[in-house]
Amino acid sequence: MCIDCGCNAGDAKIVGHSHDHDHDHAHSHDHEHHHENRLSPAHAHAPTINPARMVKIEQDILGKNNQYAQVNREYFRQHKIFTLNLVSSPGSGKTSLLTKTIELLKAELSISVIEGDQQTSNDAERIRATGVKAVQINTGKGCHLDAHGIGHAIETLAPEDNSLLFIENVGNLVCPSAFDLGEAHKVVILSVTEGEDKPLKYPDMFAAADIMLLNKIDLLPHVDFDVTQCIEYARRVNPRIKVLQVSARTGEGLALWLQWLKASHSVALIG
Amino acid sequence: MHEMSLCEGILDVLQQQAEQQQFVRVKTVWLEIGKLSSVEPDALRFGFDVVMKGSLAESATLEIIEVDGQAWCFACQQQIIIEHRYDGCPLCGAYQLQINDGEQMRIKELEVA
Repeated sequence: MCIDCGCNAGDAKIVGHSHDHDHDHAHSHDHEHHHENRLSPAHAHAPTINPARMVKIEQDILGKNNQYAQVNREYFRQHKIFTLNLVSSPGSGKTSLLTKTIELLKAELSISVIEGDQQTSNDAERIRATGVKAVQINTGKGCHLDAHGIGHAIETLAPEDNSLLFIENVGNLVCPSAFDLGEAHKVVILSVTEGEDKPLKYPDMFAAADIMLLNKIDLLPHVDFDVTQCIEYARRVNPRIKVLQVSARTGEGLALWLQWLKASHSVALIG
Repeated sequence: MHEMSLCEGILDVLQQQAEQQQFVRVKTVWLEIGKLSSVEPDALRFGFDVVMKGSLAESATLEIIEVDGQAWCFACQQQIIIEHRYDGCPLCGAYQLQINDGEQMRIKELEVA
């Protein structure tokens, strides 16, 4: 049970929270509080047995997640926090790319990280080793982060105003595509050790992302990966996607990525 | 995999509506699922039965209305139907498409008592 909104967080848990904070920022959730007994016939308002009837609903199934995402987005806007949601399959080098990015940027920008994995705090520990704040969300059986969990992680993490917040999603190219977390952009990372047709195999994710980072390009001489074809596939499912070719290991291409991050962060400061 | 979460989202809406619209049982749920949404109808059906167990919608029937993916082709300036996100325009083969229908996941209607 979480204290602030009375929610039952289910399998998900936030790790890295060992003391009590005073949370004084206004991160409010609109929860409906259900009183089950009101649903039982004895307490129903109708005096007789209800006949079957039709009820028009017309509601988005992800409506609740989208509401939480809006609350997060508004929080980020008020505090001028530029937030990116990093998505990829497992093993694309997301965490390595993130630690490298932090090393290169931390002198200029305040950075914090929300790490999502089914189990372990290994990634949050890797991030903390760079000297920036990180919390770990373990989704348990869950295959993606959701906006409600991110709301709570923000309370724990308390990112600085005017900062850069990275959310490293669970390694999965399917489910995270459907869940808005309130981020400014989804950034999809694909490594050249994977198939170049992944944008076609997992089109929802590449359609949801604004940027594709093609990682591990230092390995191109050793693998059969057609960069041009891959970019063409990505643009088929998302004609607007920006593509940057990088290597977290050698640092190749990272200058452009950092330039994009700093420019986008500056735009976010304008509000 | 995320179909389970979607079913939990459906249950939330049902519970909320039960309070607002004064019903105690849900007999049928009609969903509108776009062919370009990231939903696998079979996985959704499986998740639905599991998640609704013990709730106001236990044993409810799930009816899924599939909606075609539609897009505007910038090359031939026509409204077209596509099966997958990676499809080109069936008329001219171009990939410069603006998807404008078939991404929805909506609860449309309920039969309640």
